[in-house]
Amino acid sequence: MSAQAVLFDSPGPKGRRNIAVGNVVGTVFVLGVLAWVIVQMAEKEQFDPAKWAVMVEADTWEFYFLPGLQNTLIAAAYAIVLAMIFGLLFGVGRLASNALIRGFCSVIVEFFRAVPVLIMMIAGWFIAALVLNVPPEDAPLFGVIVGLTLYNGSVIAELVRSGVHGLAKGQGEAALAIGMTRGQSLRSIELPQALIAMLPSLISQFVVILKDTALGYIITYPELLRSARLIGSNAPFPILQAFFVAAVMFIVINIVLSFAAGRLARRIGGRSGAAGKQAPGVGITTGMAGVADTRGEATGS
Amino acid sequence: MSDFLEVLSNYDIAGAYWVNLKLTFFAALFAFMLGTFLAMMRISPIASLRMAGAGYVNLVRNTPLTIVMASGILVLWPQLGLQFSDDFATNFFWLAVLALTIYHASFVTESIRSGVNTVPVGQAEAARAIGLSFLPAARLVILPQAFRGAIAPLGNTLIALIKNSTVAAAASVPEVSVMMRTMIENDANYVVPIFLTIAVGFVIIVVPVGLITTYLSRRLAVSR
Repeated sequence: MSAQAVLFDSPGPKGRRNIAVGNVVGTVFVLGVLAWVIVQMAEKEQFDPAKWAVMVEADTWEFYFLPGLQNTLIAAAYAIVLAMIFGLLFGVGRLASNALIRGFCSVIVEFFRAVPVLIMMIAGWFIAALVLNVPPEDAPLFGVIVGLTLYNGSVIAELVRSGVHGLAKGQGEAALAIGMTRGQSLRSIELPQALIAMLPSLISQFVVILKDTALGYIITYPELLRSARLIGSNAPFPILQAFFVAAVMFIVINIVLSFAAGRLARRIGGRSGAAGKQAPGVGITTGMAGVADTRGEATGS
Repeated sequence: MSDFLEVLSNYDIAGAYWVNLKLTFFAALFAFMLGTFLAMMRISPIASLRMAGAGYVNLVRNTPLTIVMASGILVLWPQLGLQFSDDFATNFFWLAVLALTIYHASFVTESIRSGVNTVPVGQAEAARAIGLSFLPAARLVILPQAFRGAIAPLGNTLIALIKNSTVAAAASVPEVSVMMRTMIENDANYVVPIFLTIAVGFVIIVVPVGLITTYLSRRLAVSR
């Protein structure tokens, strides 16, 4: 927070006083909003100790939260691996010199990027159950993985493409000059560099995948949110409390991942120049800056 | 093929898409207002507002939209008594708009902030040099350029919002994904054609929005 203050001059005595007053007013405003929320919740008996006690009972965790978290992580793990494979295949496909392959891969990638993840999940779920005869209890997991893989795979394909395009042109030219084919140059010169440059964006995309597993709630996959829903439907109906705990779990995992992505971006930034590069601007650039550019792309649910 | 067209004619697909577009319109409007406000907080000289803005963005952006949406109809309405209308359908619709607004406002904030980052430092220094303080400098010099620089990320946010309007299914709003599920359950033989039909609808809506915002972001970019 120290490398900012370009929008406003380092304040003089009067400015400092104004900012101090503003700070107090701002704090009062923010605390006021929070206090209002808390009062509203208290009035609706959301601080009933019985409701919160359920959240710390061993049974709640053993039978609901932990299995839910486990299912969330399983779906995310499958989807991350498969989306990486999908993304590498189609990303390289879009760079191919053969126009037919390039066109085909472009159509696939653009199509799956435009279709909502939930629509693909529902389709995958029913196709598994009705066409592929997947056992009914496995069909929702199948649907979640299909939806996440196709969407995020397409986004990763775009990352691969832009990663390779972001490399200095000399890299490919040098490879061709020493007699490598286009494929060899891609495989052993350009892709490895592009992958390192895109690591931070990749991790941001993993955050999206993890978040989107919660869509499995809608197609009855027993992930974290659905477990929370089940806890909430038992007396004393601590639905707010259960959602709160589930949300905290998602937020903690994702912030840790985002933080790792930010750290990586800064470490890599000096080396490759392709990632985390940002025009010097007016805004306040905190840790997430390098990631923020790509997050615009990664606005999945 | 003609059998399938007959199946399609049994459903009001356009009506379902219309619900998605209405959700998108209102959520985009409110998210843009809230997001601009939060972005102003995040670049202001007042530390407490800056921290509040950053806190909002980091918490909301890392929460799944499905949780926000489900909280709308399972917590906000029944537990905390937030009601927009006595009519169930209308109430669910506005709760879904609220959830979409809360979620996407954080992305709007980040888009505008990235737009602010496209404005060279010299502009702010020049604004200060001619004696403008924070608010006039932001209003007259920085933000007009920042919005133009933010068109591309805002377009991405809008596209994400269009697609995420399907998550209103978690709030029992009768939009496209709910309709698709009903269609497949009734006409299980046509699961793949039904998916392709619905999917192509989204391609038709989303691709032009992407092309237009890309065109606008080039056209309106401040040339430097």
